[in-house]
Parts: sequence; structure tokens; C-alpha cells
Amino acid sequence: MKSALKILPWFFLALFATEIVVVMLPKGEGALHTKEFGRLPVLLNGRIQPFDSVARNSLLQMRSAGDVPLEFVTNKLGRVEEFPGWKFWHHPKKLKSTDWLLEVFFKPEAADTRPVFLIHHPDIISELKLGDKGIEKSGLRYYTFSELEPALPEIERQGKNADEVKDEQRTTYQKQIVKLSNAIMLYGRLKNSIQPQDTHNFRQLIEEYKTTLPGGLAAIRAQQSGEKFDEEAMMKFARLAQQFDVSSSLALPLVVPPLDAEKERNGWTSTGASLLGAMRSGEIHPAVDFLARMATAYAHDNAAEFNSAVAGYKNWLAPKFEKEVRKGRAEFYFNQIKAFLHATIIYISALVLAGGALLTFGTWPQLSESLRRSAFYLIGLAFLVHTFGLVFRMILEGRPPVTNLYSSAIFIGWGTCVLGWILERVYRLGIGSAVAGLAGFVTLLIAHNLALGGDTMEMLRAVLDTNFWLATHVVVVTLGYASTFVAGVLAMGYVILGLLTPILSVSVSQRGAGKNATGAETNIGKALTKMVYAIVCFATLFSFTGTVLGGIWADQSWGRFWGWDPKENGALLIVIWNALILHARWGGLVKERGLMNLAIFGNIITAWSWFGVNMLGVGLHSYGFMDSAFNYLMAFVGSQVALIILGCLPLSAWKSFQKSAEPPVAGGLEKMAG
Amino acid sequence: MLERLYRIFTSLKLTVVLLALGLILIFWGTLAQVHQGLYDVQNEFFRSFFIYWHPAGSSARIPIFPGGYFVGGLLLINLFSAHLRYYKPGARKIGIAMIHLGVVLLLLGQFLTDMLSSESTMHIRAGETKNYAEASRSFELAVVDTTDSDSDKVVAIPAKLLAGGGTIAHAEMPFTIKVKKFFVNSSLSEQSTNGFAATGADAGFGADLYWVELPHETAMDARDTPSATVEFMGKSGSLGTYLVSGFLRSQQFEADGRTYDLALRPVRFYKPFALQLIEFRHDKYAGTDIPMNFSSRVRLLRPDKGEDREINIYMNNPLRYAGETYYQASFDRDDQGTILQVVHNPSWLTPYFACLLVAFGMIWQFATHLLGFARKQKAT
Repeated sequence: MKSALKILPWFFLALFATEIVVVMLPKGEGALHTKEFGRLPVLLNGRIQPFDSVARNSLLQMRSAGDVPLEFVTNKLGRVEEFPGWKFWHHPKKLKSTDWLLEVFFKPEAADTRPVFLIHHPDIISELKLGDKGIEKSGLRYYTFSELEPALPEIERQGKNADEVKDEQRTTYQKQIVKLSNAIMLYGRLKNSIQPQDTHNFRQLIEEYKTTLPGGLAAIRAQQSGEKFDEEAMMKFARLAQQFDVSSSLALPLVVPPLDAEKERNGWTSTGASLLGAMRSGEIHPAVDFLARMATAYAHDNAAEFNSAVAGYKNWLAPKFEKEVRKGRAEFYFNQIKAFLHATIIYISALVLAGGALLTFGTWPQLSESLRRSAFYLIGLAFLVHTFGLVFRMILEGRPPVTNLYSSAIFIGWGTCVLGWILERVYRLGIGSAVAGLAGFVTLLIAHNLALGGDTMEMLRAVLDTNFWLATHVVVVTLGYASTFVAGVLAMGYVILGLLTPILSVSVSQRGAGKNATGAETNIGKALTKMVYAIVCFATLFSFTGTVLGGIWADQSWGRFWGWDPKENGALLIVIWNALILHARWGGLVKERGLMNLAIFGNIITAWSWFGVNMLGVGLHSYGFMDSAFNYLMAFVGSQVALIILGCLPLSAWKSFQKSAEPPVAGGLEKMAG
Repeated sequence: MLERLYRIFTSLKLTVVLLALGLILIFWGTLAQVHQGLYDVQNEFFRSFFIYWHPAGSSARIPIFPGGYFVGGLLLINLFSAHLRYYKPGARKIGIAMIHLGVVLLLLGQFLTDMLSSESTMHIRAGETKNYAEASRSFELAVVDTTDSDSDKVVAIPAKLLAGGGTIAHAEMPFTIKVKKFFVNSSLSEQSTNGFAATGADAGFGADLYWVELPHETAMDARDTPSATVEFMGKSGSLGTYLVSGFLRSQQFEADGRTYDLALRPVRFYKPFALQLIEFRHDKYAGTDIPMNFSSRVRLLRPDKGEDREINIYMNNPLRYAGETYYQASFDRDDQGTILQVVHNPSWLTPYFACLLVAFGMIWQFATHLLGFARKQKAT
């Protein structure tokens, strides 16, 4: 038994570490070299990214997930459902993001049968008469393009109506319909991004274009100078040119690199535009030739030809666009390993283990220590995975860690993990690991939901385009958020554990003795108080320094140190709140529980500064506007207020303080805490 | 009694109460910006001693909450007196003293900024040279005697005076100006539709135009444009009623054999130098409309000091010159003109000193505490 408990932490570490290693190992290709295709660089949102990122971000926007299910079951009610996720022993077949994009590009009739459009507003479903169609998954409905096709005019009409209403005044219905019509638009644009929609043999189309080009041009010139011209040649040519014109106006990623890599590195264009440009040069761009080969080969299931075209294109691209090719490969790898998803899983596991350690602290000390160690090791592993993802992102972007709301969530999670790990090193109670696990899990969950808006590595608007200030002000202020949250989470733990369990009064020094050392100086409650106090000090330091650095940035770029802008005020609120906690503590205005309640209120203030001010939509900083998060924010505030009310309950209601028979001891505890 | 007062002013309780009041004030002031706009909120919440409630339908002003100056001022007193009472020289407390001195400097610096700083804008079209900046929000009625071709005589009447109505006289003007109507914010039209009414002007552009009064603008990116009708009274009676407006260019009229230019324009601040816009650039990321950079290449001309040089002003890189900061604030829609914000803030360095003080103080304090904690941990 004893040795089993000793091995347990290493077992957990080995289990999760193995999974990470397996994820990070390079994967082989199937018959079609679709992964190699997914790595090819394109230009979208002003930045070079692989086809795979285009696919993944589009899918996230359309169906809130990065892949497409291929296996379905019929449930008892006769409805078609996605294969249930809880049956983890069976890996249902899925279409990976790049594979889906290939279908959209080159086999649209297959792509039209994939359930990629998410609708979850019942009114929309009934209005579009979609009630008996679609695929269900946990109450959500996914539809294929073919299913939506009859309703397209109605969706477009409703979408247009809703689009005229200001974003913040839209009803849920209107928001959903705008989202749906945007998703359909995005889908249509992707379909036209390489070849004109409904082309079956792109290669042949281009050959045709090549042959009609000289005759067509001659005919146009003749017509313009008023001479006799070959009408048929001109019509044939014009019909093709018109198709390319339409596809170039719809194309989303720009897939054709500039011919002269030295002169205009960013002059990427679409296949349609490049083909129209051939009117002047008379030559077809080599990239278009390669893409046409891929298109035709894929449409006709010719794997050898497809693979050779992909390899050929890569070899053509590599010498001139070495940086872009490397970026495509790196980002593809980053997409595949899903570092933050794996970190999330490890965080939640560590949280469960640390919780177990805390609950068995007094009753089964050996098990408690074993679980605590397991959680501690896992937090260390999660930290490594989280850091790997964070640094990888920074290198891909060439930016400091925080550039938008999404990355601020990632970074706050990272900061809380570091602080929790340090707390655990010092106190060895399982509390630090629990904080790191909970905060890491929640912040990465928030990040995941923020990623549903689209590309998370978007280019920075002009005013933010300064790595120096992003690396100093933004990083420090975000660490201030993170540490204020850590103090708040510790305080939440204090209230919940104190009310429901006797743990707070368990002695730390006599760990393992299993007795309630009421009034002993070093019980867990005291330890938590020390932790909260120390973290609040850190939070004051970080938030003050960060806020002041922000003022200096503002002075450097706008000529004023302080402008009472909402984001500035939000940061200042955190500074003032932390200062208030410290002064209230020094002045003896609050004792143990008071400190905890103040720290919990710090969560509300930090959440408001982080998200709330972005919802106001005023001021120079309002770059991350968002709406649906408002309800979550309110729910969070409500939960914190509830905890504060619970924290104000008289000591007799606290399980941790009522055990002892003599009431004066509880009072004595209070006094001691002061 | 004095003893008690001293105790109250030096107490940590007061500090906590003031911090809490500051917190509520800032939170409220931030929410109020949604409807009132940044500029009005600054004046009402942060640059004031009290926030007033104006009951509908009465002109009463009832103070309902302490404003920024009240809370900040009491915090200053609290800080000073607490340090007088508690401070004992020694290595342990020096960090705390430095932090608080820094906070004092920050508060004072912000107060000085409010008192001494001013903001204006300089709008230059490509190729144009300008030697003055314009106020963003205040207007003046400029009456310019242009009779002598080599020098103009300018009489500038602040719009605030016009708003008061009445008659305005000046030694340089051989006439008086009677203000008939003044709209703080307005719109003009060539047609009398949608509430636009006749202006009552009988001379100049105004005779053919219609106007309407608009409510005061509160949005960050919107400004009031005032209009007024003024009658010029010479020795022999009326010289005509003119419409003057922020929308109109200057109009000419004659009086006493002299020629005058008349314009209601943003208040001007003349500089001893001039800026010429060589080029404005609005760069976007490839294949998108996301702005990558806004930049203005300007030529700075100052003949009396023999200065003539080119400067590039762009995001996060303003021009600091002659005690003023010129930063890239906006631009014309056609990308052919730039709008520079001009900030004059003589106390701009105070926050820098303050921050250094606080930073050193905090580092000192935390370092000593951490060392103590580490020693204790080792000992146990």
C-alpha cells in the first residue's frame, strides 16, 4: 500500500507525459498527402498562414469546432445524432480541418453534405422549416449546405434586415441569423478561393483559357480600333474571363504568391486575379498551374498526381519564399498539437487530485500526500505544455505574449499557474496546485471560447503595433490581473472549505496527526490568510507598475499620462482595490474573513476590468468588443456576491470553526487572525 | 476637538473610506461615459469637487457625491498628516515613505495637468503650411480688418461671449455687434425642410440659408458646431444681420470704408513656427483594411532660429517641440490631410518622477519582506 502511494504521483506524471509525447510526434500521411497541402502558406487577414489555419478558423466560426464528424447514430427519438463523445473507447471518424477545406475547394458537392452550419435558435429552425433535418449534438443542431439551400433567400433577407440594426441592439435571434448568413457567405467565398465555383476540371479550364487568350485579345484590340474582329473568339474568351473575375472578387485567402519575391513580398493575389493578369503578361503563373493540377487530381481521386502537384509546388515555392514556407509548416504543427487543449486536460486532472488531497488531509494523510504530489507534478507538466504553446505562439506572431483578449486569457492562465506552483512549493498543502489547476482550466476554457470569433493571431491595429509597450505595460498589467485572481480564488477556497469542511482548523505543523488543533498558530486557515496577503501585495505591485507603464505609453504616444479612458480606469480600479485591501488589513479594519471577502470582491473588479470595459465600447482602447460574454460576466459577478454573503455568515455556521466545544476558542481564533 | 480631528485625518480608516469612494467614483464615471462621452465625464466626475444632480425642470444643483478633487484632496491631506504622525526614520519604513511620496506626486501631477495643460488640433492638408493650432471645442468670432494688404488686424470674440447675448463693442471696431441668436450646436441647409428654419439674416450667405438647433454632442468622436446671427450697428444704424457658423467660410463686408472678414471659427493658437505636410500615409496590412500605420511627414520651419527640418510623426512616435507634443490623431477621409493633436502640458514630467519613486519604494519594501520571509522559512 505504502509503495503504491509512493508510485502513484509518478504514474500520473508518466501517463500524461506519454500522451503529450505521442501528440508531439510527427504523423504520417495517407494516400493523399493532405497534410503537406495543409502546410502550404497563403495570405489571409494580412498575415501568412497555412491552408490548415484557414480551414480551422473557418470551421471554428461556422460550427464552433475545428473538425467535422463523419459517424452518426440514430437515437431513441429517431433523430440523427453525432457519435456521443463520452464513448471514449471508440474514436469516431472525423474530417480533419484541411481535409474539409480540400473538399470545399475541389469537391464542393461532397462538402455540401457535411454538417458544418450550427443553428441553435429554435425560432430560426422553425422559420426555415429545418425542424426535421440536421444533426444533433448535446442539444445543438448542425446542418449541411444542401439542407440550407432551399432557405438561402430567406436567410439572406433576414440577415440583411438584422445587419441594419446596430450590433449592440440586436436581439438573440438577429445575432444568430447574422452569424448564420456570415457563415454561408464565408463558405461561398472559400468555394471560390481557388477555382470558380462548380468547376470540375480546373486544369482543362486553364488550358482552354491559354488557347483562347491570344485570339481573344486580338479580337478585343481589333474591336477597339474599329476593325473587323472575330466575335466568337472574343465571346469565348470573355466568358472565361468573367468567371475568373467573379471568383477573384469572392476569393478569401490569397493563394498566389508574387512572382518577384524581392520586390513586393506581400503582393499575394487570388488565382482569379492572377489569371486575369495573364491578359497583360500572356503567361500563366506557375502557382496557378500547380493549384489547377491539385484541383483536377483531387476532384478525380488521382492521389499520385495530387501528391506530385503538392510536392512540385512546395519545391517551386521553397527557394523564394523560405520564410513563408517555414511559417506554414510551423503553424500547421502548432495547430496539430493543440497545446492549450492538452494543458486544459492536465489542469482539470490536477485540480481533482489536489481537491482529493485537501479532503483527505485530516483523515488519510498518506493518501493525501500522495495525491498532493500527483497534483503538484501534473501542474509542473501543465506549466511546461502551457509555456510551450505560449512561446510557440509568440514566435509565430513575432510578438510579446499578449496582443488581444484571447492571448490575455492564455497569459493570465499561465501567470496563475506560476503563482500557484510557487505557493505549492512554499506551503505544500495542495492549495497552490488546486488554485493553479482551477485558474488554468477556467482561463483556457475562456480562451477557447474567445477563439470561436476567428483568427486569434490577427494583425495589430496601428496604435498597438509596438512590441516594447506590449512587452512591458501589457505583460505587467496582465500579471496584475492574474495575481488578483489568484488571491480571489484562494479566498473562494477559504470560504467554501471553511463553511463545508473542518479543514481550516487542521494544523499544518502536525500534518498527518489528524487532529483538529484549534487555535494552533499554523492551521490551514492561517496559512491561507498568509497566502492571500502575500498575493495581494504582489498584485498591488504588478497592477500599479503595469498601470503606470500604461500611463507612460499614453504620454509617449498621445502626449497625456492619464485620460480617464475606460480601460485605464479599469486598471486603476484594480490598483485602488488592492491598496484598499492592504490598508484595511494594516488598519485592523478587517481580520481573516474580512480579508477573504475583500479578495473575493477583487475577482469582480478584475473580471470587470478585463471584460466589462470592452463591453462599453467607448474610448481609445475598445478594440476587443464582444457581446455574448456579458451574461457570463453577470453570472460570475452573481456567484462572487453569493460567496461574499456566505463569507459573512457568523462563525457558528462555519464547519471549520464550530468543532470545538468551547465557544471562546472560536472567538480566540478570530482574534489570533487579526 | 482638534485632537479628534487630527486623529480622523491621520487614520487608516479614512484612507480606506477615501479609496472606496474613489473606486465608486471611477466606476460610475466609466459607466457614465457610455451616454455622456469622455470629455463631459472628465469635467463632471474627475475635475470637480462634487457630482451634482440636476432635478428635471429646475435649475437647482444638488451635490450627491464627492468628485475627483474632493477625494484626491482629502487623500493628500490624509497621506501627509499620517506620515507626520507615524513616520519614524529607518530602513524599514523608507520604502513606504517613498511609495506614498510618489503617490502624492502622481495626484499633484494630475491636478497640475488639469490646471495647466491644454489640447488643440492642427489640421494640415498635403502641401499646406500652418502656423497655428485650433481648439477642439471652443469657437471664436473673428472680425479681421483686411484693408491694409500687408497686415491684418484681428478682433477675436470668444463664442462664450456670444452665447451670453447682448451687444459687443471693441476699440478696434467702428461698430458694435448685437447677438440676435446663438446655437451651441447646429446644422445648416439650403432648404427649409426637416425643421430647418429661416435664419433671419439679411446679408451675406445667411440670407439664403436655413438652420436648426441641435443638442450638445457627447460622443467621443463628435463635436458641436455653433452658429449665430449677429447684427452690425454702425454710427448710422444697422449694417446688416449676418449668419456666422462653424460650417461657413469667411464672409466679407464693408464698414466705414474699410473691408472686414467675418468668421465663426475654432479658437486659434498661433505658433512661432510652421509645419508643412509633405505626405500623409495610411498603410494597411496586405489584402485587408486593417490599418497598419498612420504617419505624417512634416517639415518644421522656424526662420528666426534658422530651423528647417523634416520629421516623421506616426503612431507611438509624436513630435515634442517647444513644450508641446504633436501626435497623429486623425486624418482626412481622402488620405490627403492629417490631423495632429497638440498637447501643451508643462507638468508632463511629474508622473515619471512619481513612478520612479513608487517603483523603488515597492521594490525596497517587497525585497526586505521576501528576505525576511525566506529567512523565517529556513529557520522553521
